[in-house]
Amino acid sequence: MPTFVWTDKCDGCKGGEVTACMYICPNNLMKLDTERMKAFNQEPEQCWECQCCVKACPQQAIEVRAYQDVVPMGGACIPLRTDQAIMWTIKFRDGEVKRFKFPVRTTPVGSIDPYGNKPEAGNLDDNLLFTESGKELPVISS
Amino acid sequence: MAGTFGDPEIIDIETDILIVGGGMAACGAAFEAKRWAGDDVKITLVDKAAMDRSGAVAMGLSAINTYLGDRSPEDYCRMVSADLMGITRDDLVFDVGRHVDDSVHLFEEWGLPIWKDKETEGVPLKDGGKPVRSGKWQIMINGEGYKTIVAEAAKKALGIENIMERVFIVKYLLDTNEDNRIAGAVGFSVREHKLFVFKANAILNVAGGCVNIFRPRSVGEGNGRTWYPVWNAGSTYAMAAEVGAELTMMENRFVPARFKDGYGPVGAWFLLFKSKATNGYGEDYTVKNADMLADFAPYDKAAVIPTCLRNHAMLKEMKDGNGPIFMDTPTAMAKLAESMTPKEIKHLEAEAWEDFLDMCIGQAGHWAGMNIRPEETKSELMPTEPYLLGSHSGCCGIWVSGPSDLGAPDTWNWGYNRMTTVKGLFTAGDGVGASGHKFSSGSHAEGRIAGKNMVRFVRDHKDFSPSLKGDIKEIAEEIYLPVRNYFEHKDKTTAEDINPFYITPKMFQMRLQKYMDEYVAGCSTYYQTNAMMLEIGLHHVQMLQEDSKHLRAKDLHELMRAWENYHRMWAAEAHLRHIQFREETRYPGFFYRTDFPKLDEENWKCFVNSRFNPETREWELKKVPHVDLVEKHYG
Repeated sequence: MPTFVWTDKCDGCKGGEVTACMYICPNNLMKLDTERMKAFNQEPEQCWECQCCVKACPQQAIEVRAYQDVVPMGGACIPLRTDQAIMWTIKFRDGEVKRFKFPVRTTPVGSIDPYGNKPEAGNLDDNLLFTESGKELPVISS
Repeated sequence: MAGTFGDPEIIDIETDILIVGGGMAACGAAFEAKRWAGDDVKITLVDKAAMDRSGAVAMGLSAINTYLGDRSPEDYCRMVSADLMGITRDDLVFDVGRHVDDSVHLFEEWGLPIWKDKETEGVPLKDGGKPVRSGKWQIMINGEGYKTIVAEAAKKALGIENIMERVFIVKYLLDTNEDNRIAGAVGFSVREHKLFVFKANAILNVAGGCVNIFRPRSVGEGNGRTWYPVWNAGSTYAMAAEVGAELTMMENRFVPARFKDGYGPVGAWFLLFKSKATNGYGEDYTVKNADMLADFAPYDKAAVIPTCLRNHAMLKEMKDGNGPIFMDTPTAMAKLAESMTPKEIKHLEAEAWEDFLDMCIGQAGHWAGMNIRPEETKSELMPTEPYLLGSHSGCCGIWVSGPSDLGAPDTWNWGYNRMTTVKGLFTAGDGVGASGHKFSSGSHAEGRIAGKNMVRFVRDHKDFSPSLKGDIKEIAEEIYLPVRNYFEHKDKTTAEDINPFYITPKMFQMRLQKYMDEYVAGCSTYYQTNAMMLEIGLHHVQMLQEDSKHLRAKDLHELMRAWENYHRMWAAEAHLRHIQFREETRYPGFFYRTDFPKLDEENWKCFVNSRFNPETREWELKKVPHVDLVEKHYG
């Protein structure tokens, strides 16, 4: 189910050195054609269809079409993601459309304070993690 | 001076702790280690991709598969041991079990939505909220953003200035002055012409499991639709093996039975929706074949039938011509709907789709393209191609030192928890062998355990001054050899992909996959092999090893592929040699030694450990005694 990029929607992230899709693809597949200033998938048979690039694209220029050696034509799963939720549009081959919305996060993006209100580091020589400070760690009971 | 392709700028970086990888274990390690390290100890994290979406949780997950809640770590050890046919390290498993909930509580605090039962909706787990359990150990989440949340915490903890993305570490380097001592690592940017040489006191080797060493069932575009992430190239096992770390249980593999072609998860269907799997005639094959499973007693009597035995029963039906195997989703949904309002039924349907959309969108795409609606149409199941991993229902990996306080044999502990047999080299997650079923949460917790112990190690060895073994210029040449091969020969033929002087990484991978599939118990032989086949398989892998010097890379992306496939080759060889050594069939349904078709508790209820000796360049394999620290009972 490799990604493809709509020619008319992609703006090459307006000339940035690294496009959003290039930045995020876990498998380094998305590439910018610097002559056309359009992104493309350079190795479609290595695409895991994780849709990370689809979700990240500021232009909604990327979609996924099913692997043609496996799946009949015509279906699609299209996400629209905000910082709190994701909306999925599922298009069946026979034309039916379903829509689902799921939460993705309960806190604002960027709000994590990893060590806020957390214990200081305790004894480096015991087996407790720092957040477990003061806890009695279980051992094997028979 | 800026580098060019094939002539990169060489950049030296010194750090106290180097974390190689950016997945769940790496994020846990970064979060924990930085707290203990303070500002005195320098920690650097290097990720092949972008941390927000790297590793096995990149796409998301619909469940956290390890949350103990009110269950005991002892029970957790029993479940893990039974599923992995009796041979696991209770010290390592118990250790994950006693720490894992703390990581899950952090995920929830950071913003991961975790489902609660109606009575405790909105109450955090740590304050008594009751999770919706899809199984004894699993809890349901809205996990599309799981990795982005865990990565945010790790990045903030470590500081963005200490994180390098799109840098692929390909080799570890030993120390010149001290035997069997890690001293550094070397890798390259996949975006810029830069080669990085790291010197470090301690290294955490957490680069994931191994995917795509066997020919997958889909070989065209569908090649990418692997069950585990296609970018997990076995780097963890290969790089550790190359510097002489002892491996354990590398014969173990995971063959998940999943929805056919899309490889969508079946856990929620079995456990949450109470769906049944049947053969083509509607028969429950685990019941039908119960007698056959008794050959693998006592594990057939475990509270949950081990994953490999369920596969074993499924494969019997497939071989007997009783396929296809179906997941009967319509019956399950109809049954659940009997006591539901229309609104609740609509919610149930959304839950079924979310299960795929959170973690395996391709499966949803497969259903949409096939016009499959789970309430109307059954879906086929199929065992996949084999995978190597240590965090899911598999336990291959590296032999590590365990915790000191759990009564383990002396030989299971050498001072620093999760340190490998190479001094200063640590691992976690998919890297730690003989202790599966950590999943995402357990890998994070295990990364934290390793993170703390690395800080302790660095404190105890603060006078160590790394001196890298080998000439850096030569090592750089070796890393860029595929580029040299390309430039030297590309113009000799009219089509650059067809050239007698080099091999493309893609063809190299396909050759590995073909021979692993045909000789080392892949799908095409119904996961069967024997000593004669293994010998031929090994011969092929050794010839690949020779040909690896002729890999080509026409750009940085292909250079990454060349080294990934070099790592795959190493992981494959370790897997093959372990299967060759273990003369029994311990994991039917995952693989069969047809020349030793029985479980042999008397001779083989032991670990198999191996070591590649970097001096002699030979593999040594041995049996290591197994003991249970937690009493096991079956039936």
